[in-house]
Amino acid sequence: MKIIDAPIKEHLELDHNIYLLKVFAPEITTIIKPGQFLNIRVSDNIFPLLRRPFSVCDVQGDNLYLMFNIMGQGTNILAHKPLESNIDILGPLGNGFNLKGNYDTAVIVAGGLGAAPFPFFTRAVQDKKEILTFIGGRTFHDVIKYGMKNIKVATDDGSEGFKGNVVQLLNENVALFKSKNVKFFACGPTPMLKALKTFCIDNEFECEASTECAMACGFGICQGCPIESTQNPEKYLLVCKDGPVFNMKDIVI
Amino acid sequence: MSNVDLTVQIGPLKLRNPIMLASGTVGYGNEISEFTDLNKLGAIVTKSLSLKPRKGNPPQRITETPAGMLNAIGLTNVGVEVFLKEKIPFLKKFDVPLICNIAAGTIEEYVECTKILTDEETIKAFEINVSCPNVSEGGLEFGNDVRAVGRITEKVRTVTSKPIIIKLSPNVSYISNFAKAAKENGADAVSAINTLVGTSFNIVTRKPKIKNITGGLSGPAIKPVALAKVLEISRKVEIPIIGIGGIMEWKDVIEFMIAGSSAVQIGTLNFIDPSAPGKIITQLEDYCSKAGISKISSLTASYILE
Repeated sequence: MKIIDAPIKEHLELDHNIYLLKVFAPEITTIIKPGQFLNIRVSDNIFPLLRRPFSVCDVQGDNLYLMFNIMGQGTNILAHKPLESNIDILGPLGNGFNLKGNYDTAVIVAGGLGAAPFPFFTRAVQDKKEILTFIGGRTFHDVIKYGMKNIKVATDDGSEGFKGNVVQLLNENVALFKSKNVKFFACGPTPMLKALKTFCIDNEFECEASTECAMACGFGICQGCPIESTQNPEKYLLVCKDGPVFNMKDIVI
Repeated sequence: MSNVDLTVQIGPLKLRNPIMLASGTVGYGNEISEFTDLNKLGAIVTKSLSLKPRKGNPPQRITETPAGMLNAIGLTNVGVEVFLKEKIPFLKKFDVPLICNIAAGTIEEYVECTKILTDEETIKAFEINVSCPNVSEGGLEFGNDVRAVGRITEKVRTVTSKPIIIKLSPNVSYISNFAKAAKENGADAVSAINTLVGTSFNIVTRKPKIKNITGGLSGPAIKPVALAKVLEISRKVEIPIIGIGGIMEWKDVIEFMIAGSSAVQIGTLNFIDPSAPGKIITQLEDYCSKAGISKISSLTASYILE
């Protein structure tokens, strides 16, 4: 966990208002793991005041990539910062995906911008395990495939791939999963994670999910990001410090 | 080597410099110690402690507002017993005055907490939180009632000889009345201000962004309010004041001292730049040195109002 100033090297705009920012940050790239996140201060101004959490989308050499869409003032500033100007990065933060374990096939389940951590994940896992990727979105506009492989798509309106949500698409493929030794890795909106948790419990599949919550500090002092624990109902877990990746059975979604 | 004297006195408590870290923005010290050398600080104030552990409020607990943030954490804490057993051993390793912030739902609970903690030698003072806006019992109910603040101070005074600091709410008409009640009942100092009650709505869902509906506003947005409250206390009541509210840089510290503060607490800034408190101490020393201020404590209440 450190604070560094890192220069922006490239702005890439993917389809549909999804931005990719390439940042030179060897202090981070050498230690960060898929699923960990960074808390970024986009400017020295007091508005916006707080840092913004971003999962690391990819790491290539000394550069890291951040994926985002413009949600408000912070992301707007980030999308328009000049090349070579610095962003202030606090990280790496939290616990990433547990890539080890007794599985042969990693099944990625991503909803919308929940795709963000998986290019890095795919890069880290592809030589060791088989990867199957399931991506969901409301329409084809929301489907982000950047940096992923073996992709199947579900859209609510049927504008691309399977018509329905991504968990319904998983249900269609349950025989395939049962024929393999699988572990699920997910990131996406809460309704998706909820349905996925039920699906995985019903079929006895192991599943890790990356969660999100509004937070200030990103490292445990503000206590701003609680998530209900299944183990101890008397005490919340913190998304920033105990997560953001949890084994699905440990959290109430 | 600079020959600026940065020490300040808060009643009987002598601090090596005026920079304290505010309750609820440093946890129990361990995370922030990775960014700031705790041994350089004036003091640190723990997250509010209550008799029993508190789970705190459900999410969403935090939202950003212009130049500020709203929080409704709900006094999440490990409780006094776990604090003594599990958190004190880490804090013992540092040479920094530790101030325990205490929150409670009843006067008896304030007394009981203080009684349990007072014999722990690592704890150098108590800050009594009579002003949390985010819990249903205690908190602001006390902070809004000048007699209750007096009674709490009086009762806590009977169980500890260590310095008592009463943390005051800005959500009142005349904060100086509360400072006066604290002083008359044996408090050694007051800290001002706790957060201002605020809210924020999502215009699409028409729901409050914070699950608790209201939260406490902090950050640079509240600095002018905090300065006015500190000034009011300084003009009306003779008691050491610890200024709190939106400090983002060394100049803000000077401003709070001029307005009447003997020391200050840094809060929201710790979330944004946890290494800032250490830098601010160095910058204060540089400034005093250049400005020919040999004792930083000479700035306290040095305002010129006419």
